[in-house]
Amino acid sequence: MTSDSWSSQAFGAQPQVFEGGLGPVALRSVKTGGDRIRAWVSVLGLCLSLGLLLLLLSLPLQAQVLKGPGLIESPRLRSGLSYASADLKATQADDSLNPAFLWIDQGQVLWNEGSGPGKPPSCASCHQDWAQSMRGVSMKYPRWDPGQSRLINLEGQINACRTQRQHLPALAYESDELLSLTALVSLASRGMVLKRSLDESLIPSLLKGQARYESRMGQNNLACMHCHTQNAGQRLGGETISQGQPHAYPAYRLEWQRVGSLQKRLRACLSGVKAEIWPLGSEELTELELYLSFRGEGLAIESPGVRR
Amino acid sequence: MTARILLPPNPKAGVKMDIRILIQHPMETGFRYEISGAAVPKNVIKAFSLDLDGLILVSGELGTGTSANPFLQFSVILPHSGFIQLKWLDDEGHSGSERVLCNLSP
Repeated sequence: MTSDSWSSQAFGAQPQVFEGGLGPVALRSVKTGGDRIRAWVSVLGLCLSLGLLLLLLSLPLQAQVLKGPGLIESPRLRSGLSYASADLKATQADDSLNPAFLWIDQGQVLWNEGSGPGKPPSCASCHQDWAQSMRGVSMKYPRWDPGQSRLINLEGQINACRTQRQHLPALAYESDELLSLTALVSLASRGMVLKRSLDESLIPSLLKGQARYESRMGQNNLACMHCHTQNAGQRLGGETISQGQPHAYPAYRLEWQRVGSLQKRLRACLSGVKAEIWPLGSEELTELELYLSFRGEGLAIESPGVRR
Repeated sequence: MTARILLPPNPKAGVKMDIRILIQHPMETGFRYEISGAAVPKNVIKAFSLDLDGLILVSGELGTGTSANPFLQFSVILPHSGFIQLKWLDDEGHSGSERVLCNLSP
């Protein structure tokens, strides 16, 4: 929020200022004008030469998908928001319209709650100002936790912090409290370009996540990739299929009429293909979340997004 | 349940301004059924009011046709600076309130 945006106080109290001048604008491009033109020219050149190559060799039109960590298929990245209606885009672009900010407000209360003599430390006791200390943190998850020797996502990390450092009971997955905190931490990274670093410990989980993305499942016998890679942008009933990118979660979905985590969204897809619905926080869903985060590298983080 | 009252930047005395309100509420219509077949009872915000230091600016009733987490926007001309307070009451008897300080520039 900048000083010329809507705020809960007219003036007087300093509204939250994000580093890097992050205004209520989604999908901010990180490129300058010159960069963009150069990028377009190179893309155009690449497209032409690729088209010629395809024509000459009469290869199937489907692009060759490279496998293995670091060489994950890179379709032209497209945010799910680009398929949304103008109203929905406007809702996400303006923080005073975005209903997810009800959860952000709650998250800010929880962040500071509990500190004081005789009380467990609050999040702020260790991490101070969330807008600075949590910047870029959400994109480091899911990560391999050597202590628990399992893959943990942001929700898992917040609960680990609560139980080990704050000596408080873990928050239930998909509870308003946990969503408020994950949304708040993700908001600190808003506008940053999703970039993952490939740690050796992540490779087995990443490969399993990729295998899950590409394996057929359920009564409809579909893999994630059949819709979200091969048919993204096509219609499915009244909906346009998105690329299934994770960069706007936790997001406010109109269908849910509330904020929900990425795993909740993945479960909705599992239900859609009539597959076994993995439990929230399960190894399967976290591996898929990990793969999606690598697959979405290059997108600007939009959390908390607004989706249909 | 939280709520947000949002004021435009630099509101001025005697000039029309918009006030935006967002209330966190499930707004159960009463038309839904659980998996077990039991009806989910109706629970919507039945009354709300917005006042400036006790002076009622807007008051109204919401019904089953309102979405969850209702968003409302009103155009008002404020006579003076002060605390803008929002109060609401739902069918289950839960009430809530939120207030913000509005400083008008002359």
